[in-house]
Formats: sequence, C-alpha cells, structure tokens
Amino acid sequence: MENGTPKLMKGNEALAESAIRAGMQAYFGYPITPQSEVIEYLTAEVPKRHGVVLQAESEVAAINMVFGAAGAGARVMTTSSSPGISLMQEGISYIAAAELPCLLVNVQRGGPGLGTIQPAQGDYFQAVKGGGHGDYHMIVLAPASVQEMSDFVFDGFKLAEQYRTPVMILTDGALGQMMEKVILKPEGSLPYPEKPWATTGKPKSRERNFITTLHMESESMEEVNNRLQEKYKEIQKEVRYQLIGDKDADVLLVAFGLTARICSKAAEMAREKGINAAVLRPITLYPYPYTAVAEHAKNAAGVLTVEMNAGQMVEDVRLAVNGATPVHFKGRTGGMIPSPEEILVEIEAIANHTIHA
Amino acid sequence: METRTINDIEMEVVYQKPETLTETQMHYCPGCGHGTIHKILMEVIDDMGIQDRTVGVAPVGCSVFAYNYMNIDMQEAAHGRAGAAATGVKRVLPDKYVFSYQGDGDLAAIGTGETIHTVNRGENILMLFINNAIYGMTGGQMAPTSILGQITSTTPFGRDAAAIGYPLKITELVAHLPGAYFVTRQSVHTAAAVRKLKKAIEMSFRYQDRKKGTCFIEIVSNCPSGWKMTPLQANEWLVKNMFPLYPIGDIKVPKEI
Ligand SMILES: Cc1ncc(C[n+]2csc(CCOP(=O)(O)OP(=O)(O)O)c2C)c(N)n1
Repeated sequence: MENGTPKLMKGNEALAESAIRAGMQAYFGYPITPQSEVIEYLTAEVPKRHGVVLQAESEVAAINMVFGAAGAGARVMTTSSSPGISLMQEGISYIAAAELPCLLVNVQRGGPGLGTIQPAQGDYFQAVKGGGHGDYHMIVLAPASVQEMSDFVFDGFKLAEQYRTPVMILTDGALGQMMEKVILKPEGSLPYPEKPWATTGKPKSRERNFITTLHMESESMEEVNNRLQEKYKEIQKEVRYQLIGDKDADVLLVAFGLTARICSKAAEMAREKGINAAVLRPITLYPYPYTAVAEHAKNAAGVLTVEMNAGQMVEDVRLAVNGATPVHFKGRTGGMIPSPEEILVEIEAIANHTIHA
Repeated sequence: METRTINDIEMEVVYQKPETLTETQMHYCPGCGHGTIHKILMEVIDDMGIQDRTVGVAPVGCSVFAYNYMNIDMQEAAHGRAGAAATGVKRVLPDKYVFSYQGDGDLAAIGTGETIHTVNRGENILMLFINNAIYGMTGGQMAPTSILGQITSTTPFGRDAAAIGYPLKITELVAHLPGAYFVTRQSVHTAAAVRKLKKAIEMSFRYQDRKKGTCFIEIVSNCPSGWKMTPLQANEWLVKNMFPLYPIGDIKVPKEI
C-alpha cells in the first residue's frame, strides 16, 4: 500500500494495517463481532510482513499472551469487543500492576450480557474507572473517525511505552465497520525504545529481571500503589480534547467518539436556528479533560451530554461542572444511535429553558 | 601453637548449590518437593550454560516466589495462565528456552484451557507440572488431582466421585495431543528419582532446539503441610496412594533421536 495517498478503508482494517505500520511485533486475539476484521486482516497480512499473530483459545488466554509478550519486551496488541474485554479484566489489572506497555482495543457493542452486535458506548465506566480489581488506570483514547482509528494506534503504542502502561482505544462497532477516507502513516515512523526491564534472558552483565505483581508486605504494596498514582498524576498532562464551535456557546454539548460527530451535526443545525451551540469532544477519556469541560461550561446556559449508554461519562461531566451549570443527559442504548434531530430537540429545550436538570 | 582453620584444609568439592540458585532462603515448608525441583532445574540450566537464554514463567501457587530463588529472567503470571504467558514469551523470543512451572490447581483446574491449547499448538516450551494433589498455597483445599477419599479442607469427608468427580489425569490427556513432543511423569521422593527427573528436564531443554512441540513433565510431589503429615509420612503416602493412579515413567517419547 502506498504512503500518503488517501484510501477508502473500514475502521477495523485501518486499525489493523496501522498496527503493522506502527511496528507491532505481536498480536493475540479472539474473534468477536464487530471487530473480527482486525484479526482476519492481521492473520492474512502479518505472515507476509513482520511479527507474530496468533488466534488464542479465549480472550483470557489472549490477554495473558499479551502479558507474556509485553514482559518479554515486544510491542504487542490485542483487540476485542465488550464481552471479550470483560473476560480480560484480570489480565489488564496484572498488566497495569506490572507496568507493561501494550495496546488494547475495545470495539464496543451493546450490552449488558451477550447484548447486541450493534454499536454502543456502554463500556465507558469499565475502561475509564478501572474495570479490573485494584487501583489502576489505563490511558483511554476515543477515536471519532476512521482516520483516528489509524492515528491512535501510533499514539497508543507511543504512550504505552512512554509511561509503561496499558493503553486502550475505546471505539465502537460503527467506527469499526464503516468505510471512510484515511491517510495511513508510513511504516517505521515509530522507533522502539530500550526496555532494560524486559525478560529476555539474563546475561552475566546484569541482575535478573523479573516481572511480578505480588507484594506480600503491605508497606511494599503501598509503595507500588504510590508509584502508580504518581504516574497517573504525570499522565494528566496527556489530556486531549477538541472544541467544535464557539468558546462561549450558550449550549455546550459534551460527547465522545461517534456521538461527538452526531452532536456536531446537531450543533450545526442549532446554530442555523440561532442557538449558539458547541461540542466539546474528550479525546482522552482517561485522563479526562475536567478543566476544559469546567471552563467551557461556566458561562453556558446548559450542558448536554450525549452518549450511547444509560449515562456514564455524564458523571465525569457533572464532576467537572460541579454544579456551576445545569447538566442534562441524552442517551440511547442497545445499539441505537441518536439522530441529530433528536439531539436538536434537547438543545432547543435547554436554550428555551423548557427543561430542568 | 599453630591454629588451623577450616579454610586451611584442602577439600574436594563434592556438593555445591547451583550458581543460578540465589542465596535467598526458601519459604517452602520442610519436606516440600518444590525446593528440590527448583534446585534440579537450576542445576540443568547451569550444566547447559543457558542462564542467559532462559525465561521462566511461574504463576500463582506455592511457587509464586520462584523468581526469588531462580537467578534467571522470570515472569509471575496470573493463576492458571502460565501456558498463555509462556506462549507470549516464546512467540516473541523463539530462540530462547522457555519453561512454565505450575501446580495442579493452576495447570489442571483454572488453567485447563490454556494447558490443553498450549500443548495442542505444540508451543516449543517445557511445562513443569507439580502435582501435589492439593492446593498448597491457599491452605489445603481439594485439587483436580486429589485422589478419591482424600481428605482436604474442602473435602472434609474425603473426595467423593459422585459429588465432585474423579482425579484428573491431565498428563495422559495432553499426551494424546499431536502437539505434545515429550511427555513424562517423574517424582522427587528419592535420590534416584531426582536423578531421573534431572535427565528428563535436560532432555526437554535440548528438545526445544528441535522446535518439534511441547515437552511436558509431571512431577508427582508432596505437600506435608497440606496433607498434615511429617515429610517421611508424606513420601510414604505418595508412594502408596499417588503412584497407583499416577504411575511414574515416560508416556510419550520422541521417535527420532
Ligand atoms: C483468579 C484466582 N483465583 C484464585 C486464586 C487463589 N489461589 C492461589 S493459588 C491457588 C491454588 C494453588 O494450588 P496449586 O496450583 O496446585 O499450587 P500449589 O500451591 O499446591 O503449589 C488458588 C486457588 C488466585 N490467586 N487467583
């Protein structure tokens, strides 16, 4: 594939091709709709190019293969969708505790349970607040286009290795399945950092490396936690968001991923009707752009959070706004995608003071 | 008068600890097989001179602290997932020697899926399976390999097949898989048994060079604390009760030499 020229690609395939170009050395995964194109693409392409690709016997096995390969120093990725990501939670907690860099992708579908294969954003809490046991976080990136499905693979590997932490791309079935124009970054643009801690076989010249998450003395376990928390503090500087519209809009919409795109259409329709509406799109869901949300919500008449779930990110919006402005919520679930028209109704109600938070 | 210290006497070294065993005092209970198995394993690594090319994976179980004793690069995997973690290591470091070191609960209960599929893929690793017929680390609960009638903290009236099924002979099971290259069952209850185990471990490392499949060694071991016996009683119990069910010997050997 040529560099620099736009291609028409499915989100899942753009992500898979980008992983190869980003120098991924190993992929372990298990099929699940709506992300199976990733493993299908990789099982066809990786043997012709470079690296390891392996269909694991389960998501539990896949995430622990990621643990092993990441611990051995490889640039490694797994992808799945909601139920599969649930199965991986113990492994993710171990990976965060062992401070192993890796890239995880959740192409979300509707839940709970087996749910539906249609797109949803119901795994926000799981991705952002922990998901597995213990005090840990991962950096969570939320793409809103096929272009970002590609770009965030590079960013994800880079951040993972910089901070020695798992990074998750939290996307959804619509972004995974839809085709858009995308310009892919060239191969070899992401250098490999030194990993002196990796278990590659102990030469005489250094002490043995071991990767563990066990700390039997409370003092040393707390020390590990303090170190992790320090790292999460440092990670706060990686906050990314996008403002679409005026800095001091009357109605501030807050939405991530696919819903942010729909919201920007709704905001455009509102502006045509004389309502000054803008969209703040968190790009990093962890770290969360609390300050930006607070800043832009301060002088608005109301804030509207739109999500494809029953109200998850809205809790962070409320934390950010801290009562300064009424915060409203519009959610669709089960694979239903909110239309710009139904969001417009909410915007109008906020602008006309006909609803109360 | 001239005083002579022990250092002045020239002595022949007849026994020494392998270099790749650290100085750390082991936490294992008196009489436990883990210590002996650790030592044998490290002796083989010393003898073969492969410390710099070996990566071990020890998951949760009594041997979770193996990395404190083995002076090699190691990973501590989640309970049951050593097969998967070792697969991850070996796939990205195909020319390194990789082994997993797992208990019966780890390998044959919570990690059964990983065990079978690791062997079925013929991962070029050595899986060391320490069968002590009990969960040592968590205080003596029933293991998949506990024998019928065996009293444990969760089978207080003895293991009853009708209630909880039969002892799982997972070694025979994996031996059926084409991915298994060398499958053997050994023990460490006598000096002669230890020597045989050492040979089996050495062969398993050598076989990794051939890249022909998984080497799988079950070691019928003991758990004096969990079984509530003295070390001597434990070894006698092992011979009398475990060997009939878990007979010692090779189960699958490579055809070519
Ligand atoms: C997911 C999970 N479940 C349960 C445990 C608790 N646990 C730790 S070790 C163990 C069993 C250990 O038995 P075995 O694998 O036979 O090894 P041994 O301690 O006998 O050497 C259990 C149940 C755990 N650590 N993680």
